[in-house]
Amino acid sequence: MANGVLVLAELADGAPAPITAELVGAAQRLNAGPVSAMLIGSGVEGAAARITGVETVYVVDNPALAEYTNDAYTQAAVAAAQQAEPAVILLGQTDTGRDLAPALAYKLNTAAAMDTIALEMKDGRLHTTRPAYGGNARAVNSFAAAPAVATVRPKSQDAVEGGSAGRVVKVDFAAGAVRSHVTARTVASSEGVRLEDADVVVTGGRGLGGPEGFQGIEELAHLLGGAVGASRAVADLGWRPVAEQVGLTGKVVSPTIYIAVAVSGASQHMAGCSGSKNIIAINKDPEANIFKAARFGIVGDYKTVLPALIAAVKKAKAGA
Amino acid sequence: MHIVVCVKQVPDWDIPPASFKVDEAAKKVVPPPGVAPVPSQFDAIAVEAAMRIKDAAADTKVTIMSLGAASARDVIKHGLAMGGDEGVLLVDDAFNDLDSTGTATVLSSAIKKLGDVGLVLTGRQAVDWDLGVTGTLIAEMLGAPVITFAKSVTVAGGKVTVERVLPDAFETVEAPLPAVVTVSNELGEPRYPKLQQIMAAARKQVNQWGAADLGLDAAALAPRLTLERLFVPVTDTKVEIMEGDTPEEQADALVRRLQEAKLI
Ligand SMILES: Cc1cc2nc3c(=O)[nH]c(=O)nc-3n(C[C@H](O)[C@H](O)[C@H](O)COP(=O)(O)OP(=O)(O)OC[C@H]3O[C@@H](n4cnc5c(N)ncnc54)[C@H](O)[C@@H]3O)c2cc1C
Ligand SMILES: Nc1ncnc2c1ncn2[C@@H]1O[C@H](COP(=O)(O)O)[C@@H](O)[C@H]1O
Repeated sequence: MANGVLVLAELADGAPAPITAELVGAAQRLNAGPVSAMLIGSGVEGAAARITGVETVYVVDNPALAEYTNDAYTQAAVAAAQQAEPAVILLGQTDTGRDLAPALAYKLNTAAAMDTIALEMKDGRLHTTRPAYGGNARAVNSFAAAPAVATVRPKSQDAVEGGSAGRVVKVDFAAGAVRSHVTARTVASSEGVRLEDADVVVTGGRGLGGPEGFQGIEELAHLLGGAVGASRAVADLGWRPVAEQVGLTGKVVSPTIYIAVAVSGASQHMAGCSGSKNIIAINKDPEANIFKAARFGIVGDYKTVLPALIAAVKKAKAGA
Repeated sequence: MHIVVCVKQVPDWDIPPASFKVDEAAKKVVPPPGVAPVPSQFDAIAVEAAMRIKDAAADTKVTIMSLGAASARDVIKHGLAMGGDEGVLLVDDAFNDLDSTGTATVLSSAIKKLGDVGLVLTGRQAVDWDLGVTGTLIAEMLGAPVITFAKSVTVAGGKVTVERVLPDAFETVEAPLPAVVTVSNELGEPRYPKLQQIMAAARKQVNQWGAADLGLDAAALAPRLTLERLFVPVTDTKVEIMEGDTPEEQADALVRRLQEAKLI
């Protein structure tokens, strides 16, 4: 009988990525039986021992899995799921999880609830809560099919680190047809703190009027030891790289301080930063939506406010 | 080659958050009065992707397909005005309130009925539910490969080549046709139809099919996911606006508050 929760482990530089411990945390709190993980890739078996808080790690290790492709990873995840027979499968709402979850669910004759932020077992069935309508609404879904497959938004779940490593089980896997192939990849180079990990994020919006407006943003981010973010409007205009985009279709950040400068605060933008502990808004429009989510605000033109803020932070740092 | 673009009609997303309303009993969004529904943002961009392929190869036929209410004819007409050749409108009482699997079942059945389709384009996600699953499900049902999050789509020699947008990378992926590609905003702005094209679109053919035309019964469309509740979350943050006669005073006030809160 199907039982327990299976999570898709993801690695970053050979070690479990933060989403892995977040999924393990969510899985443990569901209290729906044993928690196990599946680890998919090529030459990844050694990392299995570093996945903690699970009873079993199902490892699908195969040269055909060196590069992510929808075909090969779906086959691998199906093989692991058939061996583990879970009642619930959780993946991150990451580039991998977004692409894999619907195909995996279909192959298992079930459905995937995407981008969930809360999970709960009710009468033995998984109920998921997810933002919809660009973050304006919340939708609660239950499953009429099994197993329940859900992707979980990064940073929406408390991570569980530590605990003992799981028993490693190798999954027999022979890759079937792989129809799509990656022929080239360029990785966005980033200097300084990674946006997702930064404790301070300073984000600029379209109201900056052009890429030059970001000089002050970069200076303030640098002063505070933080990273630069951008709204989609800014990324679409080519003022900043897509890798800096925060929001529903960009990155999810949850820093201690999130400073939004000349950003209107559309719901789709807030989807990527509403988990920040302190949002600070600088906007010339007192009615801007960003002020509804902010703890502190300055109403004014960034052209005068931003230099003044940089000077004030410098003064404070010199005094400290 | 024959390309199908799937376009969903959705409530206009470009409204002030305060006018976003939900009827909790009906589990439905209530659009503000006088605001007409629109083609989902990424779907108009998917039409643009198809038109760029057609610009490069004149023997391309583009079909605009939509499942929805009778009013979804408007989003088909919009795609036809952008340069699409024909429309397929899928309406039936049996198609009301489908989940994604049901939606993809109807769309893939209609694509099979067309018969000669080489490429299916969808948006990366529909801007109402923000799911991003239908393209992949259509691919599964057609037995075709899927490539998600395209910023460019080109076709040559029986293959589709897609530049994908990932959070920290761009990658180029190839797959044999027939294939399904989901399109992201990085592809660029959809073209704006000229008045002449809008008038020409009025004369283009739109076929309307229901469940019987596609050989689908209720069992084939049974939902796998059930919507239990739809609501608007309440937020209770209260912003503290920094007082001051000059930007310097406002900035000093902010830094002082941040120091008091031990944030810097
Ligand atoms: C499905 C979907 C997904 C989306 N995903 C994302 C996403 O991931 N991330 C994202 O950011 N957006 C996303 N969007 C877009 C989002 O809806 C908004 O269009 C976008 O966030 C607006 O960017 P902005 O705030 O920079 O620009 P605008 O909305 O143009 O706002 C500019 C702001 O700057 C202020 N301003 C202007 N001049 C000054 C000045 N001199 N000084 C101070 N303030 C000034 C204005 O008052 C205004 O508030 C998505 C949209 C859709 C439909
Ligand atoms: N009712 C529909 N009619 C036409 N296309 C649709 C419909 N629903 C979804 N799609 C397509 O599938 C994409 C992804 O939708 P979703 O999985 O709902 O986010 C959309 O961008 C559309 O291209």
